[in-house]
Amino acid sequence: MGKVKKSPWVLHYDGSSCNGCDIEVLACLTPVYDAERFGIINTGDPLQADIFLITGGINTQNKDVVTQLYDQMPRPKVVVAVGTCACTGGIFKDCYNILGGADTTIPVDIYVPGCAARPQAIIDGLVQAIALFQKRSDEHDEYERAHKGEKRNKNGQVS
Amino acid sequence: MSVKAVIMVILYILLAPVMGGLMEGLDRKISARMQGRIGPPLLQPFYDVRKLFNKQVIAIGVFQSSLLLCYMVLMIFTGSIFFAGNDILMCLFVLSTASTFMYFAAVVTGSPYNTIASSRELVQIMTYEPAVLMAGVGFYLVSGSFRVSEIANSGKVMLFRMPGLFAAFVLILLIKMRKSPFDVSTSHHAHQELVMGVKTELGAHNLAIFTITEWYENAFLMGIVGLFAVTSNPLSYLGALVLCALVFFFLILVDNASARVKWDQMLRFIWIATFFLSGVNLLILMLVR
Repeated sequence: MGKVKKSPWVLHYDGSSCNGCDIEVLACLTPVYDAERFGIINTGDPLQADIFLITGGINTQNKDVVTQLYDQMPRPKVVVAVGTCACTGGIFKDCYNILGGADTTIPVDIYVPGCAARPQAIIDGLVQAIALFQKRSDEHDEYERAHKGEKRNKNGQVS
Repeated sequence: MSVKAVIMVILYILLAPVMGGLMEGLDRKISARMQGRIGPPLLQPFYDVRKLFNKQVIAIGVFQSSLLLCYMVLMIFTGSIFFAGNDILMCLFVLSTASTFMYFAAVVTGSPYNTIASSRELVQIMTYEPAVLMAGVGFYLVSGSFRVSEIANSGKVMLFRMPGLFAAFVLILLIKMRKSPFDVSTSHHAHQELVMGVKTELGAHNLAIFTITEWYENAFLMGIVGLFAVTSNPLSYLGALVLCALVFFFLILVDNASARVKWDQMLRFIWIATFFLSGVNLLILMLVR
């Protein structure tokens, strides 16, 4: 069983946020908070990411983008919604183009509230996401071992 | 092949990934300290690779994995030729072939990021190749042989005979090890303006293979740096280690202190530097035998 929790790579996507949370997410990488000490890398590539960190609500235009990014990430993966907007839609909830929080489009695992979410809260959410990532990875290994050599469909699942 | 050569090749195949991984870990640690951060653990690159082997495999192209394997095998072959003490020119040609396979592995996916990045990769190969080949010729002019074993036992410290060629080689190491300011096709950092450059469509074990191959490559490149200091005297191997450490620190320092340039600026700068540093050095070596 591979220990994957030491290497969580994060994909950061800004939905329709006011950029407040995004600045706090980037603040996590600065010398004061230094998220890289957990092995966290802020990657721009969904194919290499383990944790999908999404800020801002979902609108009609970025719905497909978020879905596609989520689908492009290889399993095991974890989704973290950062900020009130990504959790519920927040202040923009009743706008004509806003669908709501990230969970209207993709399954969200960890919710980090706050407007804007503080770096401490974001790192706390990420640490929880890392634990969940390890759990998912163990389940993934279990699944792979149980279905070894069987025919797979396009998504890598046993048909 | 002598017994010593066989032992060296086996040692290279076994130890180069360990050395390369430790070098990357040290690189990330030193970079973090330069930026006032604590940084990841020293063994972080190994954790990353272990994780990548545990991820779901999403293959982008049919030939991607096999082309990457060719890249890896050829890179191991390059290092093996070098550490077995064989022909250095042959070794450098195989190195270019390995780089070409990496280009194929990137371009075969057809992704726009990869396509642009892989054409930049070709420009990079074009940029560093003169300096690499001239260094090979320089070794020949000083020691009278292209064989690595004879260069290493020539009794002359190459660094003092070919300082210009050495300086040019250190400059192209910035390209080869994907350090700023010359990391135009892909960066060893997480961000690049082309997402991840040639690494964009590499996921799970493909990225792991790519990373391990880079470790082999970096270990081999440090071997060439060491060759500049090695003589028949066993103590010179200590000097080679010190030289490698100094060069490595210089690369990290430049990486942290400079911004990425455009490919044409890179080409111009490196070719002019190569022309003056390597060219003048070669001319002197040819005239003063």
